[in-house]
Amino acid sequence: MINLPSTFRISLRALRVNKMRSALTMLGIIIGVGAVIAMLAVGTGASRKIAEQIASMGSNLLIILPGSTTSGGVRMGAGTQPTLTLNDAEEIQKESSAVAEVAPVLNGVAQIVYGHQNWSTGVTGTTPGMLEVRDWPLASGRPFTQQDVKSATKVCLLGQTVVDNLFGSMDPLGQIIRIKKIPFTVIGVLATKGQSAQGQDQDDTIYVPVTTAQKKLFGTSFPGMVRTIMVKAKSAEDLGPAEKQINELLRQRHHIGPKQDNDFTVRNLTQIMQTAEQSTKVMTLLLGAIASVSLLVGGIGIMNIMLVSVTERTREIGIRMAVGAKTWDIRLQFIIEALTLSLIGGIIGIIIGVSGSKILSSLAGWATIVSPLSVFMAFGFSGLVGIFFGFYPAYKASNLNPIDALRFE
Amino acid sequence: MSLIEVRELSKVYRLGDIEVNALMDVSTTIAKGEFVAIMGPSGSGKSTFMNVLGCLDQPTGGQYLLEGIDVGKLNRDELAGIRNKKIGFVFQGFNLLSRTSAMENVEIPLLYDGHHARQRRERAMAALKSVGLEGREHHHPNQLSGGQQQRVAIARALVNDAPIILADEPTGNLDTKTSVEIMELFVKLNTESSITIILVTHEPDIATYSRRQIKFLDGRIVSDEMTGNA
Repeated sequence: MINLPSTFRISLRALRVNKMRSALTMLGIIIGVGAVIAMLAVGTGASRKIAEQIASMGSNLLIILPGSTTSGGVRMGAGTQPTLTLNDAEEIQKESSAVAEVAPVLNGVAQIVYGHQNWSTGVTGTTPGMLEVRDWPLASGRPFTQQDVKSATKVCLLGQTVVDNLFGSMDPLGQIIRIKKIPFTVIGVLATKGQSAQGQDQDDTIYVPVTTAQKKLFGTSFPGMVRTIMVKAKSAEDLGPAEKQINELLRQRHHIGPKQDNDFTVRNLTQIMQTAEQSTKVMTLLLGAIASVSLLVGGIGIMNIMLVSVTERTREIGIRMAVGAKTWDIRLQFIIEALTLSLIGGIIGIIIGVSGSKILSSLAGWATIVSPLSVFMAFGFSGLVGIFFGFYPAYKASNLNPIDALRFE
Repeated sequence: MSLIEVRELSKVYRLGDIEVNALMDVSTTIAKGEFVAIMGPSGSGKSTFMNVLGCLDQPTGGQYLLEGIDVGKLNRDELAGIRNKKIGFVFQGFNLLSRTSAMENVEIPLLYDGHHARQRRERAMAALKSVGLEGREHHHPNQLSGGQQQRVAIARALVNDAPIILADEPTGNLDTKTSVEIMELFVKLNTESSITIILVTHEPDIATYSRRQIKFLDGRIVSDEMTGNA
């Protein structure tokens, strides 16, 4: 019969007697578990952040940028040539079957005044489709309509940051603000969205009908010109077909010959972000794998010390066997020792890993997320390491011949 | 039925290519309550005989019946059980766990017999008292004299009420005066508690405390006679 509480006491006593050695052995597991938890927290945090950014950007998104101008042999960047128009956007909406919604964009920075408050922010002229393209609901009020776009009414939707800066806690609905000194009626407030992938405050914005922006705010010498067109495909699978349809349609509309380059660029933003998300996931795995190696090394450290301990205590084992310890009494004694080392090491490692990732996020500003699963796994894994690497020394101890063990010097 | 009965016991060791016959056709019986000294020069087989009697080693031939049980048919764990309940060991080098109090050393056999902590403490206490060590139960072996350490070992042998004590050169590390005290303790345990004592020694002085002497030479029993104490 195995007397578990007593075996436990014997094991703990042995660990207490060799405090320094026990602590150093544990250190391996502490570092291993701590590293696994911290690395997974960094990785999970990064991919969670990217996932959030994808969600906030709007899903299945394509962006059409105008082409570049060439001035005296110097090519300017994409978007420097005003080649996209409101009509292009309307045609894409009508013709492309893979497209769910289209939102042309004509934006600029303007000074906004309400009462004696003023604020400078990006003003985006667009169509009602924008809210759907960006998956961006209203917190209050109503969106502007096609009718507003047609008649270029002076209405606007405010982002939360603008509301905070101009109105404080006041309700902005129905108030008149001045954008570039032109009065606009606030008809709605956008829901809070947070930072974009580039770290911009997406809530620091104002939406106005695109026609109003063209005529009153950012008028250019090109009538109907828009800066970009945002397109939402019907589904993730439709992103490819949508890109192709838009390419064909715009080449035709812009009279581009078969051998000429496009005067516009279609960018698949969702895909870019998903690639980034994929690569952070791979990075998480990689970091976790590297950290697991240190856990493994910690386990081998335990085995090493346990083997030394078995040799050192051969006589003790012999005495115990002579007075009646059975195979499993001896095995359990050493397994419990190894398990105690690895589990206590695991708990300390979890504490260090969790606080380490907190410190990382405050010092380096990285988003870290300690998932309960990773804590649970690291703890379970350290337990397994203890049993696995404790078993061989325990097995060796239990197989000693009592006579030889008693004679051991 | 005898307490111990061995029939044509033999033990062959292999040392590389050489076979060593440590025991050859040893047959004898030991009854309950006997005090037997096993004597002989080194290499005579007395230690091997002792290990077999103590269930620390298995014979290669013959039979060993302990209270009628054929020990040769038992596995490792069953032998451990027999050692725990039937046999108390006293060694030349005391074989106590260092850094462990006298009390805890005495408790060890009870640990492997599933006793509760309180029961263990009471029985260990009683065993220490019976060997005259009350008041020293919390001393560690290095705080005790050789004679006291050997008393702790005897208490450990007594604690599980084993009917047999096997003592292998128990006075080998002790001075003459302490040896006499330890041997008198054995005599007392034998006469008062009728514990069977089997003593291995090569010192004739020590053997005189016994009531029966078995002499070994070259793996065989060469003489088996009662002493004046009988």
